[in-house]
Amino acid sequence: MHIFHNTQFDFLRWRWHAIVLSWVVIIAGLLVGFTRGVPLGLEFAGGTAIIAQFEQTASVESVRQALDRNYPSGGENVVVQSYGDPSQRQVMIRVPQVGGEGGTSLSATRAAVERALQSGNLGKFTVVGSEIVSPTVGRDLSQKGLSAFVLSLLGILAYIAFRFEFSFAVGAVIATIHDILVTFAFLAFFQYDLTLNVIAALLTVTGYSTNDTIVIFDRVRENLRSMRSKSLNEVINLSLNQTLGRTVITAGTALLSAIALYLFGGEVLRGFAFTMIIGIITGTYSSVFVAAAIVTFWNRKSTRRLAAVKEPQGDAAAGQRGRKPKRAKAS
Amino acid sequence: MLKNLSWRILTTIVVLVIFATVGVYPIAANYYKLPLPGWLAEKQLKLGLDLKGGVHLVLRVVTDTALKAETEAQAERLREGLGTAGVTNTGVTAVSSVQFRVDGVPAAQEAALRQASADAEASFDRGSATNGSYTFTMKPNLQKSLRDESVVQARQTIERRVNDLGVAEPSIAQQGNGEQILVQLPGVTDVERAKSIISSTGLLKLTLVEQGPFSSREQALQTMNNVVPPDQELLPGRQEGAAATVYYTVKKAAAVTGRDLRNAQASIDEYNRPAVHFTLKQDAALRFGNFTQSNLGRPMAIVLDDRVMSVATIQGRITDSGQITGLSPAERDNTVITLKSGALPASMEYIQEQTIGPSLGADAIRAGVMASIVGLLLVVAFMLFYYKLSGVNAVVALIFNLVILLGLMAYIGAVMTLPGIAGFVLTMGIGVDSNVLIFERIKEELENGRPVRVSLNAGFGRVFLTLLDTHISAAIAALFLLQFGTGPIRGFAYTLLIGLGSNLFTSTFVSRTLFEMVLGRRQQAATLSI
Repeated sequence: MHIFHNTQFDFLRWRWHAIVLSWVVIIAGLLVGFTRGVPLGLEFAGGTAIIAQFEQTASVESVRQALDRNYPSGGENVVVQSYGDPSQRQVMIRVPQVGGEGGTSLSATRAAVERALQSGNLGKFTVVGSEIVSPTVGRDLSQKGLSAFVLSLLGILAYIAFRFEFSFAVGAVIATIHDILVTFAFLAFFQYDLTLNVIAALLTVTGYSTNDTIVIFDRVRENLRSMRSKSLNEVINLSLNQTLGRTVITAGTALLSAIALYLFGGEVLRGFAFTMIIGIITGTYSSVFVAAAIVTFWNRKSTRRLAAVKEPQGDAAAGQRGRKPKRAKAS
Repeated sequence: MLKNLSWRILTTIVVLVIFATVGVYPIAANYYKLPLPGWLAEKQLKLGLDLKGGVHLVLRVVTDTALKAETEAQAERLREGLGTAGVTNTGVTAVSSVQFRVDGVPAAQEAALRQASADAEASFDRGSATNGSYTFTMKPNLQKSLRDESVVQARQTIERRVNDLGVAEPSIAQQGNGEQILVQLPGVTDVERAKSIISSTGLLKLTLVEQGPFSSREQALQTMNNVVPPDQELLPGRQEGAAATVYYTVKKAAAVTGRDLRNAQASIDEYNRPAVHFTLKQDAALRFGNFTQSNLGRPMAIVLDDRVMSVATIQGRITDSGQITGLSPAERDNTVITLKSGALPASMEYIQEQTIGPSLGADAIRAGVMASIVGLLLVVAFMLFYYKLSGVNAVVALIFNLVILLGLMAYIGAVMTLPGIAGFVLTMGIGVDSNVLIFERIKEELENGRPVRVSLNAGFGRVFLTLLDTHISAAIAALFLLQFGTGPIRGFAYTLLIGLGSNLFTSTFVSRTLFEMVLGRRQQAATLSI
């Protein structure tokens, strides 16, 4: 069975359209991020979150009213939402940073919320989970998260440059940065909390996106060796078409598992799964339209031999030929 | 050829059996109440706090307080030194946690000051004189070692206290920039009690033993006609070389407390036996000297948090320093730790607290299992539909992959967390990529008119290096995730990394073995269901 059979799409012709589309999404996402703000998860923002399970169903509205009336500063800025399966009658109450959550006052907010709920006539409830984070934690984490991204991108850049060619490494890394920005834009559009799990998903997207790009680059490298009469653009287009079936199927199976997570993985993993879904789609798109385009831009003026044709291991004949200067005619 | 194949099949089966035993059987055994041998139960997959429920605390050790104590002590010693040497000054004051200043020293006495401060300059750098003032700054390496030491001591204090809580499998670790201590208490839901026990001040007392040891509280009470004298207290404790808890009655009024202790270190006594050497602060030394003088030959107890840690006989007058003897080398080391960490070197503050009720954990497991099953079914259905019989090959490889993943995680003691389950589900979806890559290549070769076996060899052969590249680059991202993450995220990173490794094995070795098994009998196979 074939989804695609002997396709002849001219992917590179669309590279400008793709670049415009990507920029539109990214800029729109950044605008939304700056105007509406990116909601930060508890780990980054600090504050208190409580998950209360009620014996009788308590509506989000009634919990909010109880907090408005009885919580010290009124329920202002307090987020109340139902949590998990409705049959569990759980409500999550999140209070932003109110000052020195830290040291001995760490759990003062939680105690105040519990008192407010108790005097709210909502029936019996138990606190089944709670999380309290002082502001110092968020600063630490953002720093470490950012350095994890930068270092992993540098690591990937170095690895691909070592295994392929520098322009390929640049293409893969720019495509990956593109994916992170696009995913970020969608997180901003849909106002998902930026949590540790989402950061983990973003880092996974980094790996997935590179993975996808490498498969295509690998085919480009192979074809560059065997098709000496074709231009770089022709070879890239051909390689993209040859690997199209695999690209789409892989994205499909990865999406299936991410969707399963989104639908069934529960409350905590929803943001994670959403990030993965967007990341898989944009990662696939960028491998086809961004990464390869960057390679053509990079090599547009170069008349030198494209060093991408590194000697295949154990193939002495090809190695001999490969050492002669080969002109990669780039558009 | 056939010999090669049998070897491959054998390897595959052995690997599968090993990992299924370690990774899958304990899970099934727990679920269906099957017998589980002890060695296997020990190795089984551990669940993270987010799945098991419990309390997760992060404390920050305020290491500045440890530095400040050292700076103040040094300033104090120099003040005395200057007095003895007759160096004129208007005061020695600590100006920050790492600096103190001597003011009003006449220029003529600079040489005398230098001489008097020689001792202080072993650990502090003296700045040049400005208007008769000298600033002493703690040497950077001492600052660092004091900070590190105070965190380690705080961690040991917490460890001891957590052990007293009676929690099964607690986890206490330094994290972050090294000043944070992570405490995980599975199964604990009373977070306030746990917090108060962990952060309460460790109380050390050196006091006289009145009676004991008794083998039980009842026996002790019986001896005293059921009345403990008002100036004494009955405390549990231990006896040299014995494991069982014994009881002592000790004087309530302590001669010396943890606050009087300046330092404690491991040493040896004059008979070369292990001993603990401790030093007291000045005012305590005088008090302790008189106390020991008048109680020669009597047993003295070292009591920590209302527990008698050791009992030793007072053998001489002890002033500012002394020795605790009659300990085994291990006991000596423990006592040093106890003494040092009992007197908390720095204050601590909580910066994060998370409570996961058992019901939340159970919900998370249920959701994770559901997502895994649905994800697996979707991927399996797709592969069978698209690749037909070769799809079966991919599915078998995928299941092997998951079994190895679970087994390896259990074997190396990695912790399965909720994000880890997400990694497990993603491994299914992303892992089959390797099979897809190989199958698509085989298809291409078949379409170019190559025979089945040649296509198969080409598919597996050419794609292997590609797979290596994709797996390594994905592993680079996962490795940095491991560096960055805390508990749950680390679980995710482990799952990803192990999944990548086992995927490389199953998609090339296992999948190929399966193809060879099918084609093995017919050397000239004409068709392949792919």
